[in-house]
Amino acid sequence: MAQSLKLTLQRPSLWGFTAPLTAAVSAAFGYIAGTSFGNPLVGIVAGAVIGAVLAALLHPMAEKRMMARLGVIAIFFAAGLFATNLGGGIAAGLVGAVLSWFVFWIDTGDYRKGVPIYYTGGQTLWHNSFVFICGLIFFFLIAPLFPVMWLSFNAQDFFTFTPEMLAFDPEGYSLKHYRDFLTTDEWMQPLKNSLIIAPIATVISVSLGTLAAIGLSQSHVPGRQTIMAVLISPMIVPLIISATGMFFFYAPLGNWLELTLGLNKSFVGYVKVILAHAVLGVPFVIITVTATLVGFDRSLTRAAANMGANPVTTFFRVQMPLILPGVISGGLFAFITSFDEVVVVLFVGSAQQQTLPWQMFTGLREQISPTILAAATILVTISILLLTTVELLRRRSERLRGLSPS
Amino acid sequence: MARANSRLLKTNTSDGDRMSDTTNSGPMLAADGTPLKTSLARALRRQKLRALMLIAPLLAFVVLTFVVPIGSMLFRSVENQIVSGTLPETVEALDAWHGQDDTLPDETVFQALFFDLFRAAEAKEHTKLGSRLNYERTGLSSMFRTTGRGIDDIGEVFQDWLEDADPAFKDGITWYEMLSGTGGEDLIQERRALWANMVGEGFAGDIGFTLSGEIAALLPQTAAAYSDWAIYTAVADEDVVSEEDPWEAVYAALALDLARPETAFALTSYTGVGARPLANAIAALPSLPQIDFRAAFIEENDGWGNIENWQTIKIYSPDYTTGYFLNAIDMEKGLEGVNARPENQQLYIKLFVRTMIMSLIITGSCIFLGYPVAWLLANLPVRSANVLMILVLLPFWTSLLVRTSAWKVLLQQQGVINDILVWLGFVDDANRLILMNNSTGTIIAMTHILLPFMILPLYSVMKTIPPSYLRAAKSLGATNWTAFWRVYFPQSVPGIGAGSILVFILAIGYYITPEIVGGTDGVFISNRIAYHISSSLNWGLAAALGSILLALVLALYWLYDRIVGIDNVKLGG
Repeated sequence: MAQSLKLTLQRPSLWGFTAPLTAAVSAAFGYIAGTSFGNPLVGIVAGAVIGAVLAALLHPMAEKRMMARLGVIAIFFAAGLFATNLGGGIAAGLVGAVLSWFVFWIDTGDYRKGVPIYYTGGQTLWHNSFVFICGLIFFFLIAPLFPVMWLSFNAQDFFTFTPEMLAFDPEGYSLKHYRDFLTTDEWMQPLKNSLIIAPIATVISVSLGTLAAIGLSQSHVPGRQTIMAVLISPMIVPLIISATGMFFFYAPLGNWLELTLGLNKSFVGYVKVILAHAVLGVPFVIITVTATLVGFDRSLTRAAANMGANPVTTFFRVQMPLILPGVISGGLFAFITSFDEVVVVLFVGSAQQQTLPWQMFTGLREQISPTILAAATILVTISILLLTTVELLRRRSERLRGLSPS
Repeated sequence: MARANSRLLKTNTSDGDRMSDTTNSGPMLAADGTPLKTSLARALRRQKLRALMLIAPLLAFVVLTFVVPIGSMLFRSVENQIVSGTLPETVEALDAWHGQDDTLPDETVFQALFFDLFRAAEAKEHTKLGSRLNYERTGLSSMFRTTGRGIDDIGEVFQDWLEDADPAFKDGITWYEMLSGTGGEDLIQERRALWANMVGEGFAGDIGFTLSGEIAALLPQTAAAYSDWAIYTAVADEDVVSEEDPWEAVYAALALDLARPETAFALTSYTGVGARPLANAIAALPSLPQIDFRAAFIEENDGWGNIENWQTIKIYSPDYTTGYFLNAIDMEKGLEGVNARPENQQLYIKLFVRTMIMSLIITGSCIFLGYPVAWLLANLPVRSANVLMILVLLPFWTSLLVRTSAWKVLLQQQGVINDILVWLGFVDDANRLILMNNSTGTIIAMTHILLPFMILPLYSVMKTIPPSYLRAAKSLGATNWTAFWRVYFPQSVPGIGAGSILVFILAIGYYITPEIVGGTDGVFISNRIAYHISSSLNWGLAAALGSILLALVLALYWLYDRIVGIDNVKLGG
């Protein structure tokens, strides 16, 4: 214990700790670089030597950390560029950034920052490995999205990286898949359908859902559990089952609407899909709005009534502004549910109601064009926007309700 | 609520006189003079009513657009009206046949079949019945199709005979006048109902023909066959009955009627319209071709001579059947009871088991990957945890199709992962790993897709575990592992339970991802349901498979409610 305490007070030894560790990490990078040149063994040895030298060079420069790191990155980038191409340069620059960070992290004792001072070396190692493993899991969560975005700029019609792309050669890149997406009917019609169906479905589920959530939050509701179970059920029942049920029920319903009421076939198709999507969005609205209402102070409505406001005024002037964040984020959930839904629309809709996910699904099954990747990138952008909105709303709601600010 | 309260308030303060009254004499009264108890009960009732009125629109909407469709699926899984709807009289005649010994059904069954199938063939319904029965026994579809095509020939024999006996039978108007009259309305109604049952439409409307009761009593089969024809001609073909010539089945029916000795006897005293052609036909009876519908049918298609085909028809003749459910668990219905299907046709149990096993593996890997991350998020300072939370929420918010296409890009044989492995020299270029179109692909992609659903409930549970417990354990001498395993882990079990059930429920109903990255080995029961809905069109079986899956999910849901409670479902941290 005393020994480890001492370790944190002074910087770890260069040749006994920092250099060997850096050499090991660097050797791993060397192995990868060596393989790409066809000689892993040389790569390992060269990597280890470079790592040790780097550690020795950077050791005295702890005060001017930023400068030193920029220098290392520049040297690595230049070396990579010289040896291969722009792609290699960027890769080498990244390796330089990682290595220089690693040297300082080890050398200045930063690696013990996250653990209590009394931790032994083994415990520190375990803690850092744990954080590293978590980092890998986060990588697993987020990384698959990047190749999609990258490949959507592919100049070729392939789902794989071309050598030009890896070399960051401008010739390997193009916006042609985006052009395809934005100019062909094959994609614009589904996008239009999605933008018709999702907002209408959202409006239905939000308006009915908010009313019902307010009703459910009253103090005396007979059969609350049962009602709640029924209202949540569209979320719990697997989509394939909902879709099967709707397939059986909506087909005769559509026929009836067409034959008895004489409605337009395409209009009926939209109505069917919108109704189906609206009901799928309901549970999300119920859950988010009920959650907002849990913290709602009932005395506010009473105070409003006391001052002479009628229930409708009370609702719009007092209750609504307070639960609005919950309503909006419920609405966003409902929107994304409809916008992202494919099984039900596949079963209930006809070709005229083809939505964006449906078109993507068909494309993926038959593997037609990388335009799918352009569509995917656009969708990722949309979801980032939605996520930001929801997050901001959540914070606003917490602030409004006086919960702990985070 | 607020108003009711203010009124109650008034009772206590402003209305002093009555107040003293009530304290002196019995029950306490509210401002308007009603007893306080009644007034309170009324206020409560009004409050309940208002809450219900707010809920009612949504409840009605969900019931109509969701619960009823699910109910219609459950109904479809047992509904089997197509056999008795298309072949009503055959089914009735088959009642007497037990099919135990090796004898074919008798001539009456084949006669009923002739008239039923004739109608079905005219309305093009026999192919639907054929496809339905083909699910149970291969070959029945083509049997119905070919017989439906050739069924006119069976009746033509009798048409030729009748027209030879009296050329007046060639003319539609002879038939029309002979059968017109009054008193046969009941029979017309009955035949209308049969058509409506078979085709599924109302078959209402004027047909421009009324049946004579006298003829209906004399020539019952002819009356029925002619009514069938008249209803179909008027309603479906929208033609005028008196101007058209009846179809062959009517000739066959008359021949059958005339061949009965008692008809010939009764006709001698008949003097109504058409008595002469009928008398001529009676006179020509000796030249009547032999009536053997069984032989005629077997000649059309020898499937009718196969006793097992008849057994299948008999087994599936009731209006409701457990047949679809039995199929869904690899059994089949026999005459004596339920048998297992032959080994090489068993599919669904295996698929259910595979769905369960793969969902369990996916749930397991989600726990394995989600637990450390949730722990880290719960133990970091709130600010950095919120930043890291974005990494969990972004995939959660990203379109499912995007994530699935990402995995398709990564896992293909020419995909990113294989490229990197080849480049690193771990894998030979010629032996690239097959990561997709098998169960590996499904498991990897679905673990990624469902991981946020595990992390979020785990995180919300771990957030509530005070970190001081761990410190206390350590200060009492526990090692890190003991402190975690004996103190922290048991408290996080509810989170694991909630996350697992959520992930498991989602996984067993998944369709899109297995369809795209699963190939044939990695597909779930839901893919089979979709296949039956859109390709094989065996909707009853799809409904039965869906119902079984629904029962499974509801059981799990009930478990979820017991462990976590429905009200505790949280979204997005």
